[in-house]
Amino acid sequence: MQLLEYSFLRYAFWGSILAGIGCSLVGVLVVTLQIPFLGVAISHAAFAGAICGIVLGINPLWMAYLFCAIVTFIIGPLADKANFRPEISVGILFSLMLGLAFLFLANIPGAKTEALSLMWGSILTINRTQLLIMAITSLLVLLFLVFLFKQIKVVLFNRQVANSLGIPERFIYYTIIILCSLVITANMSSIGGLLIFSLLINPAASALQLCYTFSRVCIVAVVIGVGSCLLGLLLSYHWNLPTGAMIILVSSIIFMLSLIFSPKKGFLKKIFLLKESI
Amino acid sequence: MNYSTSEAVIVLDSVNVEYGYHQALHQVSLCVLANSCVTIAGPNGAGKTTLLASILGLCQIRTGLVKVLGRDLRDSPKFIRKHTGYVPQNVGIDPQIPLLVWDVISFGRLAHSSLFHNFSKKDKETIEEAAELVGIRHLLNRPFGYLSAGEQRKVALARVLAQQPKLLLLDEPLANLDLPAQAMLLELIDKIKSEKELTILLVSHDLTLLPKSCNQIVLMKKGRVILSASKEVALREDVLSNLYDCPVKVVPYKQRGAIFVEGKS
Ligand SMILES: Nc1ncnc2c1ncn2[C@@H]1O[C@H](COP(=O)(O)OP(=O)(O)OP(=O)(O)O)[C@@H](O)[C@H]1O
Ligand SMILES: [Mg+2]
Repeated sequence: MQLLEYSFLRYAFWGSILAGIGCSLVGVLVVTLQIPFLGVAISHAAFAGAICGIVLGINPLWMAYLFCAIVTFIIGPLADKANFRPEISVGILFSLMLGLAFLFLANIPGAKTEALSLMWGSILTINRTQLLIMAITSLLVLLFLVFLFKQIKVVLFNRQVANSLGIPERFIYYTIIILCSLVITANMSSIGGLLIFSLLINPAASALQLCYTFSRVCIVAVVIGVGSCLLGLLLSYHWNLPTGAMIILVSSIIFMLSLIFSPKKGFLKKIFLLKESI
Repeated sequence: MNYSTSEAVIVLDSVNVEYGYHQALHQVSLCVLANSCVTIAGPNGAGKTTLLASILGLCQIRTGLVKVLGRDLRDSPKFIRKHTGYVPQNVGIDPQIPLLVWDVISFGRLAHSSLFHNFSKKDKETIEEAAELVGIRHLLNRPFGYLSAGEQRKVALARVLAQQPKLLLLDEPLANLDLPAQAMLLELIDKIKSEKELTILLVSHDLTLLPKSCNQIVLMKKGRVILSASKEVALREDVLSNLYDCPVKVVPYKQRGAIFVEGKS
């Protein structure tokens, strides 16, 4: 009995770390590229897709990928346009996806536990396969960042400048969107389809308050992301509360703290001030 | 076309560019010889930015031929972009962007490096030299997003210098610069042109402030090139009055001359 408890906690522990790494890194890319709305749309699409999969008796993961792909193909090229104002189309798509999710939810015969756990997330029940998928997606994001670090920076700076330098900015832009879908889908069952968006945005937004260089933002975001997940896991285990909700709570508190202590706002300036570090 | 294309760095032949229903360039033909410095002028919306974009293939070219550095744009856009430094008119940058000035200048080096490449010592020296030339060495470790508009322009200029291009496209490089910085920029243009055998194309609204080495003026109006000629021919009251549809006065001063609108009274 003790051993069993130990093993599932161990999975949850590694799951938290992987979710923290994958989500916060993708979050940094999506936030600095100023397309966080894409994260909203994709995460809700993944959620609707997974529930649709449950209703139809298909693997929820595959359906989630399918829905993500559809949304990516609609919004990706739209957001690509210079004069695109995302609010309206994302608003429509987002509520459509949520509506679909609830429609499917109502049609699930019998107990709705599986679907509900997709909504709130349950990192305590993840299995080996899920862990493996989370590891692979996080690794993909890491590799992408490490190998194309400089080129990604130009694309984040300005896509037209990147294009004028002959950098494959389209490839980088679409890879970011695709990685975003992969990470969201892989982590949905542990963090929760309705909550995962905050784990994407909060660590990145906090890190942006604290650091001035891209490499530091990435590192600090990962530390914050992993920290929120582990602390959330610990608190939820301790008080027997939903894990995903606790993770989001912790990461939101960290964001508020980073706003207060941001060197960009004048607090604690000396600690994070940059000297000769390029 | 009867240009000898060996000497020409840019050849545009009947280029048409459309944005949706709006035709931004009408049958534009232009020839720029190696080592020249060309100023493009014209009213707002005349198509100056679009002309620069078409040289790099950054906008959709409907019909017409674009040849840059001896290559056809359709065949070798990569080559052309690698050897052309482009400073866009205004780049709206999020102040929160986590990039230092050094990072932004280093982008210029990426034109010459393959993916997965690390900057060599020489790359880093080139970056610092470029910053030195523009006089922003002291800004290298500052976050880019919080610089003033003029400082950001200087960084953009250092970025294209770090690229060591054969052709420079500058879209309103004087905008947002203070008076000494404008003079510095004009001198810098003359200097790098003579030192590095560059061809320079710049868009400017201020025909009083031209680089000394400027030897060709291109006047654009409503998507057409209406004149491409020397300073003496282009900077005349009748020509400019016609270009801007209002009376323009040219007052001779030393070798240059001050140009201003006289008012419609
Ligand atoms: N992306 C775009 N979509 C639609 N129309 C465009 C686009 N870019 C430019 N235009 C139109 O094309 C015309 C030429 O634009 P361009 O930017 O080349 O002018 P410009 O000469 O650079 O003007 P300015 O002096 O104001 O910079 C303008 O009428 C403009 O409205
Ligand atoms: Mg313009």
